[in-house]
Amino acid sequence: MSDLSDLYQEVILDHNRRPRNFHALAEPSHSAEGYNPLCGDRLTLYLKVNGDTIEDVSFEGAGCAISKASASLMTDAVKGRTRAEAEALFARFHRMVTTPPDQPVEEMGKLSSLAGVREFPVRVKCASLAWHTLKAAFSNERLTSTEK
Amino acid sequence: MITTTPALDVAKVRADFPILDRTVHGRPLVYLDNAATTQKPRVVLDTLASYYSGINANVHRGVHELSEQATAAYEAARERVRAFFNAGSVREIVFTRNATEGINLVAQSFARPLLRPGDEVLISAMEHHSNIVPWQMACEATGAKLSVAPIDDRGDLILDELERRLTPRTRLLAVTHMSNALGTITPARDIVRMAHAHGVPVLIDASQAAYHMRLDVQALGCDFLVATGHKLYGPTGIGVLYGREARLEAMPPFLGGGDMIASVTFERSTWNVLPYKFEAGTPHMAGALGLHAALDYIEAAGFDRIAAHEKQLLEAATEAVSGVPGVRLIGTAPNKGSIVSFVMDGVHPHDIGTIVDREGIAIRTGHHCAQPVMERFGVPATARASFAMYNTLDEVEALARALRKVREVFA
Repeated sequence: MSDLSDLYQEVILDHNRRPRNFHALAEPSHSAEGYNPLCGDRLTLYLKVNGDTIEDVSFEGAGCAISKASASLMTDAVKGRTRAEAEALFARFHRMVTTPPDQPVEEMGKLSSLAGVREFPVRVKCASLAWHTLKAAFSNERLTSTEK
Repeated sequence: MITTTPALDVAKVRADFPILDRTVHGRPLVYLDNAATTQKPRVVLDTLASYYSGINANVHRGVHELSEQATAAYEAARERVRAFFNAGSVREIVFTRNATEGINLVAQSFARPLLRPGDEVLISAMEHHSNIVPWQMACEATGAKLSVAPIDDRGDLILDELERRLTPRTRLLAVTHMSNALGTITPARDIVRMAHAHGVPVLIDASQAAYHMRLDVQALGCDFLVATGHKLYGPTGIGVLYGREARLEAMPPFLGGGDMIASVTFERSTWNVLPYKFEAGTPHMAGALGLHAALDYIEAAGFDRIAAHEKQLLEAATEAVSGVPGVRLIGTAPNKGSIVSFVMDGVHPHDIGTIVDREGIAIRTGHHCAQPVMERFGVPATARASFAMYNTLDEVEALARALRKVREVFA
């Protein structure tokens, strides 16, 4: 079935199996915990920000393939970027995963592999969890939830 | 002469449930989320419609014909519930919204006035959140403490540990008859005896048990029992609290309002007799009638036949699901209802749920409103297939095939 393989693309399965930047950071400048109470997905995000630049970013936690792959892809995508760039990326990502499936979406490189969640509305939160946690970390919120 | 009960005619049962005809993602619906809510036979749906189109009026009020008919039908539903659970009197049957409301009623009207700082309410480690949180609230308001009896690695209650926690400070034991997350059936009757020997009253949460087995509150000997209509093939929004008459009589009302009073002045109101003291406001009349029809339907199918069929489903599902590579069952107690909870190596339950859904199969994934159970087994969540009288061995096979497909996707 095409829609299932839209969701579980090779990039996602790969990042689920071998998540990148999947460890704690020794001395993070920011960190936050993201929680999706509906399915129990939980991740901790660590940032090392120098001036305005994300020098290092990593995460730990347990979750479904979508939330784990999304967190992994996000850490790759925002490393070396400024906070403003990361937030702009989140805005584009959010637009991509919430656009109705019959409408075209912007090409976002590897992050585009998550566009398939549009056909699975309950999974959009899984894909967005890491990004919401990134935002919370920047705002110095300790804990964020998809249900707040 | 030895007679054998003929087996449940599952094809005939299935024909009674309109929703089972529908497809999901182009596949026939395979509904295996019965522990969350059961589907409704046509007779229940027809009863709801005919109530509103035929006799709708408020109960216990009017002198007019419709009100009398509605009242008679509502009270007939109460009598049906009484007989179903073999309570001694209809005064012991309170209609609620659901099992959760029944537990809250007992927590607020029985436990809370009784509890003093240092007192204890005892529950088990396999309770649904609805049999945890109301007691936490009552404890918090009174300075009492929640005590928890542990379960073993199979998901069975450890009775010795339970008994050790029945202390002179224990004011109530609240325990499930069947775990929604694990399927474990608890020896409710033995537990009640044990607690009573220590002078501790018992509330049984029968939400899961009630649609799998015959429950007899007098044989169980419990002080309170709660159940919910929507898991008894009945409508949502209607539940039942059984309470021993002497207990209910001694308790203050839960909610205040119309119908629960004998008289009202601005100085003082007096309470209506049982069970109306606990039924404030206009009740869910249609729901009560729908529940009546659902209980009739269950009785006609027969608990013996239902239990025999569900046992077959449980055995087949246990074998089929545990035969899928990488699958581990969570909840392997020797005495179980038809629930199979499991995890799969390297695949999160949420992903299992999405993939089998595309095959038309509805299972539950998550913590099943029993987070402490998940913690006990060291998993964030499980996938759960739960079976009811209309499920078939073919559906068990469909689930096993879909789980193999999950393995392929995540190979």
